[in-house]
Amino acid sequence: MSDFFTEAVLIATVAGGIRLAVPLLFASLGEMFGQRSGVLNLGVDGVMLLGAFGGYYAVLKTDNVWLGLLVGVAIGVVFGLITAVMSVTLKAEQGISGIGIYLFGLGFSDLLFQKWVGTPLPIKAFPKINIPVLSDIPIIGEMLFRHSAVVYIAFAAVPLSMFIINRTNFGMKIRAVGENPEAADSLGVSVTKVRYATLIIGGLLAGVAGAALAIDLKIFQQNLTNAAGFIAIALVYFGAWRPLGVMGGALLYGFVNSIVLQLKTLGIIPRSWSDIAAMAPAIVTILALVIVAQRFKPPAALTKPFERGR
Amino acid sequence: MTSQGGISGRRLLAYSVPIASVLAALVLGALMLIALDASPVEGVKAMFDGAFGSGKALTATLLKATPLLFVGVGITIAFRANVINIGGEGQMVMGALLSTIVALNMPDVPAAIMLPAVLIAGLIGGAIWGAIPGALKAYYGVNEILSTIMLNVVAVQFMNYLLRGPLIDPAEIERGTRIPQTERLPEAADLPFLFGSDRLHIGPLLAIAAAIAAYILLWRTPLGYRVRAVGQNTDASRYAGIPVKRTIVLALTMSGAMAGLAGAVLVFGSESHRMVTDGSTAGFTGSAGFNGIVAALFGALHPLWTIPASFLFGGLLVGGNALQRAVQVPAALILALNGLVVVFVVSTEGFRRRLLERQPAVVEEPAAEPEKEAPDPPDTGPPPAPDGGGS
Repeated sequence: MSDFFTEAVLIATVAGGIRLAVPLLFASLGEMFGQRSGVLNLGVDGVMLLGAFGGYYAVLKTDNVWLGLLVGVAIGVVFGLITAVMSVTLKAEQGISGIGIYLFGLGFSDLLFQKWVGTPLPIKAFPKINIPVLSDIPIIGEMLFRHSAVVYIAFAAVPLSMFIINRTNFGMKIRAVGENPEAADSLGVSVTKVRYATLIIGGLLAGVAGAALAIDLKIFQQNLTNAAGFIAIALVYFGAWRPLGVMGGALLYGFVNSIVLQLKTLGIIPRSWSDIAAMAPAIVTILALVIVAQRFKPPAALTKPFERGR
Repeated sequence: MTSQGGISGRRLLAYSVPIASVLAALVLGALMLIALDASPVEGVKAMFDGAFGSGKALTATLLKATPLLFVGVGITIAFRANVINIGGEGQMVMGALLSTIVALNMPDVPAAIMLPAVLIAGLIGGAIWGAIPGALKAYYGVNEILSTIMLNVVAVQFMNYLLRGPLIDPAEIERGTRIPQTERLPEAADLPFLFGSDRLHIGPLLAIAAAIAAYILLWRTPLGYRVRAVGQNTDASRYAGIPVKRTIVLALTMSGAMAGLAGAVLVFGSESHRMVTDGSTAGFTGSAGFNGIVAALFGALHPLWTIPASFLFGGLLVGGNALQRAVQVPAALILALNGLVVVFVVSTEGFRRRLLERQPAVVEEPAAEPEKEAPDPPDTGPPPAPDGGGS
């Protein structure tokens, strides 16, 4: 065990945990917007996979990581819109409609990958940005301030989401529509417009999450996300629909995965044990679901399509 | 009430909506083929031949349809209680694992004992993995969609642990290859073949039997009546004295048991007669835990209609492989199309429901949850007395 507690390994583990939390953080924050407005979107993993392939392919062809991220944004917006049409306009059963988007994303991203790329070629990764001054702080600087811009953007999105939800007019409308759509509607807030907006934000962030994941790993393969999109949905519950809670959940997953990875690399635990260790965050999440269900109320209108005059 | 004739016309139209959804998905699939420079005519022909064109093709389709039918039947049971079971993947894995462990631990038992034992073990493994989210929902108010998703994650890691560790084939360790798979399971546990075939085993028959049993359970027994009553109106059921919480747990338990059976049949009906993992659930299940939802939806969430629906989607999946060989378009296309089928079916559900309603709903109490009612079964028969007392 002593190998694990060297400074270099600890720094690498913490920095790795932060990096691994990023796709989950993007996706969960996006999902949180939708849920706060009363829509449960189960298609996150599918949109992530499509964003991941789109981002990967764009970088493969142009060597421009930012273009890759932008492609993820575009794909995410399109699928956010499709989700909104299904869930808001057509009032499709939210527990199932997202599974359709998931299966489509799982199949279609694999289809395009096999057809257009075939063998997994590595791509360029995000350049690291050392924050001046801060990155020179011993230990902490190396852990926190020597990441790629995407990592900083993801964590900056947390206070930004808090601000939007708690302090802006738009955020107030989101909360009103999620808690009491009838009242919001009678006060002239368009439930439809607000939910379209939150679902497009959610799609956008899911697409970004996928692209960020693929570019971070420098690779695409079938089912690249390995259900990360589903975990992201659970993390919204885990975080009790609050940005800080969501971030805590994403970091928990990031750190556990990073620790398992390090222990495996150092040969401290056999490979089979690492699978047991990887179960830990899922079990913690299930326990958290129980606790959250006792203490916090989900948005009252969650999963309920809005119909005027009912 | 309106006249009988008017209803049946609207009903016919209503029943055609899911079929139109599948056709729309297939048309989009054909467009994708064109976009990928492949001939759709050739593609469709290859798919049809590959899925239904020969005895061998039909066998492959039946085998592919089997886990879809098991899972789909489980989905319909849960859905009747207004519970959504997204955990089919994990339940399949747990059923497969428990049955594998049972088989490995009694290598010298005759088939007459072995076969029922492994199937029951599969059933129990899945049932446990269904009972957990059921209990969490009934007693702690945990959303079953979330808990089943997380239990899928737990199951896949557990499978990887067992197949890389305690259950790994000792020969893999000796050779140093360490492929995560069990040794060849005892021959007594091999699913017997039908009609002297060397591939078609009893799995499809078991799945059809499960569908019929689920139908009988749901519409001919007091328990089934309670399940449906809870699904239609929880509050009314509670006032009627139905143990709502226990019924929810039971519904998810039975749903999980069906998926668990699918897992066991996959293992003991496999050609290698081993349980193998590639590290993901989909690698073992072929995404049947999700594709079974597609089949159940297309079967209007009725166990009997899920039989032909599973056969159709099994054919689609098998045909996808033929498509890949014939026009070089990856079989992943079929998975994408399945996704589109779900999207279209659930998106047109509101339209279909409006067609099925005898009169447009004028006064309706604000429902606690959105109605998720599938069409009436062909014949429900008089339901037994609601308060069956104990059990």
